[in-house]
Amino acid sequence: MAQDQALFEYLLRLGDNTLVLGHRVSEWCGHAPVLEEDIALANTALDLIGQTQLWLGLAGEVEGKNRTADDLAYLRDAWDFRNLLLVERPNGDFGQTMMRQFLFDAWQMINLGRLLKSSDKRVADIAEKASKEVAYHLERSGDTVVGLGDGTDESHQRMQAALEYHWDYIGEMFVSDPVDAAMVKAGIAPDPASLRGEWDELVGRYLKAATLKIPGDGYVHKGGKTGQHTEHLGFVLADMQFLQRAYPGAEW
Amino acid sequence: MSNEWPLWEVFIRGQHGMSHRHVGSLHAPDADMAIKNARDVYTRRNEGVSIWVVEAVRIAASDPTDKAALYEPSASKVYRHPTFFDIPDEVGSM
Repeated sequence: MAQDQALFEYLLRLGDNTLVLGHRVSEWCGHAPVLEEDIALANTALDLIGQTQLWLGLAGEVEGKNRTADDLAYLRDAWDFRNLLLVERPNGDFGQTMMRQFLFDAWQMINLGRLLKSSDKRVADIAEKASKEVAYHLERSGDTVVGLGDGTDESHQRMQAALEYHWDYIGEMFVSDPVDAAMVKAGIAPDPASLRGEWDELVGRYLKAATLKIPGDGYVHKGGKTGQHTEHLGFVLADMQFLQRAYPGAEW
Repeated sequence: MSNEWPLWEVFIRGQHGMSHRHVGSLHAPDADMAIKNARDVYTRRNEGVSIWVVEAVRIAASDPTDKAALYEPSASKVYRHPTFFDIPDEVGSM
């Protein structure tokens, strides 16, 4: 695979992760259980969308076909999206949303840490900006997982259910494929498999404090990185892309 | 048992400010989350470089009905203001 093509694919993966998760989190706006969480979730969503602009902006530049971040976000269909399946999973209750956020934040924090040393300065620069935001996201989602996991009987039970609900989608974060291999070879990005140990340690520490039981490794749902998605992504895109599809080129 | 989280008063020190100023209040389960919530609610537009929170019930406040006894006596003591000194020109504005 040509290196630019692989880099384009890799950047789509980063940008689509933050885009789809950012949209999911934004769905809470006006619906969160308390005002303070509502604003905090909206802030997180905006951070993620901001990161998306950088990743997809660079992806468009690397592709060299004059596609902007907006074109990539609003004018591709589901099979062209490269995000992890985890981030398109439904919000469910607040606990399910925060558990998904925590599991992703932990991965994103570790991955960005490696990208700081990327041989591609453009990638390293974006990673540096994003890692400050993500450090806060992780602190917040991690504390919430601990607070609710080690909380009341009901909150504990809901967090345990949320962990089990998402667990089969964790493995995809650590699966390596030819795109990843090309990135490793060029010194641009780490091998996803190499992130697992650190992630297990970090997530394990929080989940222990949360008194939650880590499920055994079961089936690994994957395919998002190559465009095979769950049925949920289509609904996300129908909502997110409606305006540009119905009124092409509309601006405000 | 109350289902409500306790109320916290939030104080922010701005980029150029000298002291923390009261900016408002919010609910949070503990002090740590109160600081996080304050960060999200009150510093979204780059308002601050430092946050203090204090549980509202911990604040002792003066009683508004005591205001005559507390504040009126000072109204007639104009000599407490340092307005009777001649400031030399070379001192400049104070």
